[in-house]
Amino acid sequence: MKNLRTLKKYFLRYKTALITGIFFIIVSNAFTVYVPIIIKDSLNDLQQGIAENKLVEYALLIVGSTLMAGIFRFMIRQTIIVISRKIEYDLRQDFWEYIQHLSLRFFQNNSTGNIMAHATNDISAVRMFIGPAVMYSIDTGVRIIIVISIMSMISWEVTLWSLIPLPFLSFLVYVVGKKVHKRFTLIQEKFADLTTKAQENFSGIRVIKSYVAEEREVAEFDRLSREYLARNMKLVKIQALFQPTLFLITGMSIIIAIWAGGTAVINKTLMIGDVTALIMYLGILIWPMIAFGWVINIIQQAEASMARLNKLWSEELEIADVGEENSLVNEVKGEVEFRNVSFKYGENLPFVLQNLNLKIPAGHSLAIMGNTGSGKTTMINLIPRLFDATEGEVLLDGVNIKDISLKTVRRSIGFVPQEAFLFSETIKNNICYGKPDATESEITERAKIAQFSKDVLEFPEGFETVVGERGITLSGGQKQRASLTRALMTDPEILILDDSFSAVDTHTEEDILQGLRGFMKNRTTLMVSHRVSTVKDADKIVILDKGMIAEEGTHDELIKLNGLYAGIYNRQLLEQEIEEI
Amino acid sequence: MAKKNSSEDEILGKAYDAKLMKRLLGFVKPYKKYVILAILLNILVAGLGPLRPYLTKIAIDDKIFNGDLHGLMLISVALIGALVFQSVIQYFLTYFTNLLGQKTILDLRDKLFRHTQKLSVSFFDRTPIGRMVTRVTNDVESLNELFTSGIVMVFSDVFIIVWILGFMFFINWELALITLSVLPLLIYGTFLFRKKVRESYRDIRKYLARLNSYMQEHITGMGIVRLFNKEKEEAKKFAQINGDHRDENIRSVFYYAVFYPGVELISSAAIALIIWYGGGDVVQNKISLGVLFAFIQYTEMFFRPIRDLSEKYNIMQTAMASSERIFTLLDDQSFIKNPENPVPLDKVKGKIEFEKVNFAYNEDNLILKDISFVINPGETVAIVGATGAGKTSIINILTRFYDINSGRILVDGVDITKVDKRELRSKISIVLQDVFLFFGTIRSNIGMNNPGISDEKIVASAQHVGADRFIQNLPNQYDEEVKERGATLSVGQKQLISFARALAHDPSILILDEATSSVDTETENMIQTAIETLLEGRTAIVIAHRLSTIRNADKIMVMHKGEIKEMGSHEELLEKRGLYYKLYQLQYKDQELVLSK
Repeated sequence: MKNLRTLKKYFLRYKTALITGIFFIIVSNAFTVYVPIIIKDSLNDLQQGIAENKLVEYALLIVGSTLMAGIFRFMIRQTIIVISRKIEYDLRQDFWEYIQHLSLRFFQNNSTGNIMAHATNDISAVRMFIGPAVMYSIDTGVRIIIVISIMSMISWEVTLWSLIPLPFLSFLVYVVGKKVHKRFTLIQEKFADLTTKAQENFSGIRVIKSYVAEEREVAEFDRLSREYLARNMKLVKIQALFQPTLFLITGMSIIIAIWAGGTAVINKTLMIGDVTALIMYLGILIWPMIAFGWVINIIQQAEASMARLNKLWSEELEIADVGEENSLVNEVKGEVEFRNVSFKYGENLPFVLQNLNLKIPAGHSLAIMGNTGSGKTTMINLIPRLFDATEGEVLLDGVNIKDISLKTVRRSIGFVPQEAFLFSETIKNNICYGKPDATESEITERAKIAQFSKDVLEFPEGFETVVGERGITLSGGQKQRASLTRALMTDPEILILDDSFSAVDTHTEEDILQGLRGFMKNRTTLMVSHRVSTVKDADKIVILDKGMIAEEGTHDELIKLNGLYAGIYNRQLLEQEIEEI
Repeated sequence: MAKKNSSEDEILGKAYDAKLMKRLLGFVKPYKKYVILAILLNILVAGLGPLRPYLTKIAIDDKIFNGDLHGLMLISVALIGALVFQSVIQYFLTYFTNLLGQKTILDLRDKLFRHTQKLSVSFFDRTPIGRMVTRVTNDVESLNELFTSGIVMVFSDVFIIVWILGFMFFINWELALITLSVLPLLIYGTFLFRKKVRESYRDIRKYLARLNSYMQEHITGMGIVRLFNKEKEEAKKFAQINGDHRDENIRSVFYYAVFYPGVELISSAAIALIIWYGGGDVVQNKISLGVLFAFIQYTEMFFRPIRDLSEKYNIMQTAMASSERIFTLLDDQSFIKNPENPVPLDKVKGKIEFEKVNFAYNEDNLILKDISFVINPGETVAIVGATGAGKTSIINILTRFYDINSGRILVDGVDITKVDKRELRSKISIVLQDVFLFFGTIRSNIGMNNPGISDEKIVASAQHVGADRFIQNLPNQYDEEVKERGATLSVGQKQLISFARALAHDPSILILDEATSSVDTETENMIQTAIETLLEGRTAIVIAHRLSTIRNADKIMVMHKGEIKEMGSHEELLEKRGLYYKLYQLQYKDQELVLSK
């Protein structure tokens, strides 16, 4: 239960409703246990043949008590279960706001599916504890105490005998519940195998067909299906046993009551109404006894889930932010400098950037080229502080970015990442992500620069067209241009393009660059690219190799140098020639 | 998220479709015996529960009130007997109905998978893999309930109700009618509740899907959220979606909160009626106390079968939706046709002829234009060209992954459309650029589980291409597990395995799509030697990226935008100073430098 202590503050938030709920449980039980007493009295009176005029009264009492019990039972769910849903909401909200501030490294090390499992499965498991487990454990406790006391008053002997089988019930539910959980996990594992097999087969269908392996694949799939069936039947074996055993135990308890009670009636120590009441009480006790075993399982699962959540809540947070009050700079002009910057992604990993020194004056443009893995993306990720440098410092306008508030840093940067990521919303919402109050003319102007407006015209609902899963699918080039428009909307002092035109054809790219030239006057531009045509007009070009600057200079200077850059240039000229044949 | 979109709402169709149902029942046919047995057991076991209140009535009226201790004992033993008997039958019943369901869906799943294996490659091109996976896994799975509880258990619920009614009317028909007067309300309430819960559940699922897709998307796009300083706004948006999910759940709590007490109230009304009306009869000695007792117990027995019946509606609805999707896939006839009387190929010498071949993946966009060439047995032809020149398409049509639009392709003088495509493929081995390794062992990846390929042959092939050395160094050698498409192996190692795979199948014709990815010099040397071994004595088509391969080729075919532009040997083509010369400068010249070093 150690981990579940985290929930204390959530419970305290709904203290009043929770206490009221517990009160309702007690009241509702009081009415529930009253019904058998009425039936007992009526049958006893009937046995003595004295009741005819009282029958209506009894009938009304039965319905009345059940109604009252029902009203309070309704109130229990409306308080306790509703609280559990509210706490679930609170937990999930806290979870989300927390992971929004976790370091990006966390997202690299954990798959999306894994993180989502926390937000859904684990929080659900905890919710089951807060709601049903709390409700039933209190309900069970209260009911067992009241019912057994009343039963003992009617006949402690019959009560004792007939209660003997019931503890087995709790035990059975507990043990079976555990086993079911285990076997169910095994089934899910096999199901995952089956899914993987199908996935793999469909992806590798060409290889399978060319090696004429279809029949063997079917046989293998059949083998897995059969194993899956076997595991399912293993679960069925316990489940099939469970229900009959449940009936057997509860039935035994009632039969004992009939036998022992009947004997007592014959011996004139009890009346028939007493026996009926005892049997009805046993019926009332059955569910709480089942719930008892079930609740223990829920608590154990919730404890494990809460432990996972608590672990997550102790993960490393994003880079420290000095905050706006302590920020040394509030308006950025656009000078970017790397001073002795080195970077690695983890303690034991090699350096990705090594002792980088570079200064880009405000309003200038810098192009970065280099092979895959040479550190281009890492380098530019340091500017908006997606990561912090391991050694050395990055400066904006001559000030260490760590001394500027995150908000100011990021507000001054327009970033167009390598993979153009758009949300499944309208084009407009995507473009105006950084500037929700943008005017129509601003939107069209920027979209024009990014050569995106023509595409938008062809979309069914223009800027209001929804993209992604629930809308239309954009091509890679369209996504990149939308992503560029989004970055331009915020009027950034610094524009960073991380190979942002890789899916755009060369002609369109030239048009974009042409348009950007005007827009980027007096703004700083950093662009990563593989194409010489993109970078050749930059004020400075840098070639990165294994995290170090291998060459730097203007296009003409680098061509003269006849090194890496010149090699790339010549190859691309040839490619173009072949393309034009 | 302002806009509602129909695709995220779950579209649920009708709960019963005679055509679909008939087809589904066809899958149960082989297990008819189980079904009949289960139904018979059901009739029997359904009566045992309602028998007990009747026995109790006898105990009260005949034994207890007559002071018959011995009789009471006997009845108690009879009650226990009925209970034990019921439990045992119930056990077997549950077991067999589940076995029935499991076997049926196993057959269906196997049949579906077998069908997918016959579908053409172009079908796989246009169908998202995820969707097909869902068909053979989840969709089939959702039929399980239909076959286990859906078909057989409907009988169980109906029989229980019939037995209860039977006993009640047998004991006292007047009291039975009075008690049953609450039944319509119970049935109506239960079905209304089911409907409401179903609707609410559907909404919950919708909100949950929304919550999940929001999280999925924003975890992937977390960088963007941060770059645009949107953490606060996003938290607010999340609160909105999270809140919708909470509110819908709270709404469904309401239905449960009303329903369970409601059922209690209805059954207490029945008990009240029994006491009031029946009690009067007791006083007038028309009926006995035991009767009252039995009736009170029967009122509590009614509820479960009615609730179960109402649940069957959901099961049917899900099953119909899934089966419709399954049958659509099962009815798809995108096959590459096999000839009815195939010409046998026997020993293939390896002559390949293309005669005026035109080919397009889509009707109007020709990828190969008027391609003609001849490759003699034992020759190696290298195809070179820029991306999109049509090199891969030549492989695709030679193996009949796709059929051509016009022209002919001949192997040893026989038109390949006249040959069993499986026989054709068994004579050709393909080594693709992206080596596809399957879940299994190194051994199974080389032999492809082909019983015709012995362990010795697998090892010999691996030795021939030089893969044996690294395999011997693995902890379990040839039995080393291959996980996640070979994530633990290097690019070079995977290549060598795929070479061994091709060699083990000893093809007459070899197609090799050389990988472009760079490997270290040592591996490069190993791969070059392996390629030489592989090509020896076979007809080979190589989409070449290695200078060494091109130089060793008998013929080079230069392709450009779907046409053959130049053909000849390396030296001849270089002298021409045409397209090949340029390609050479671009793609192969650097290798020349490496070689000359």
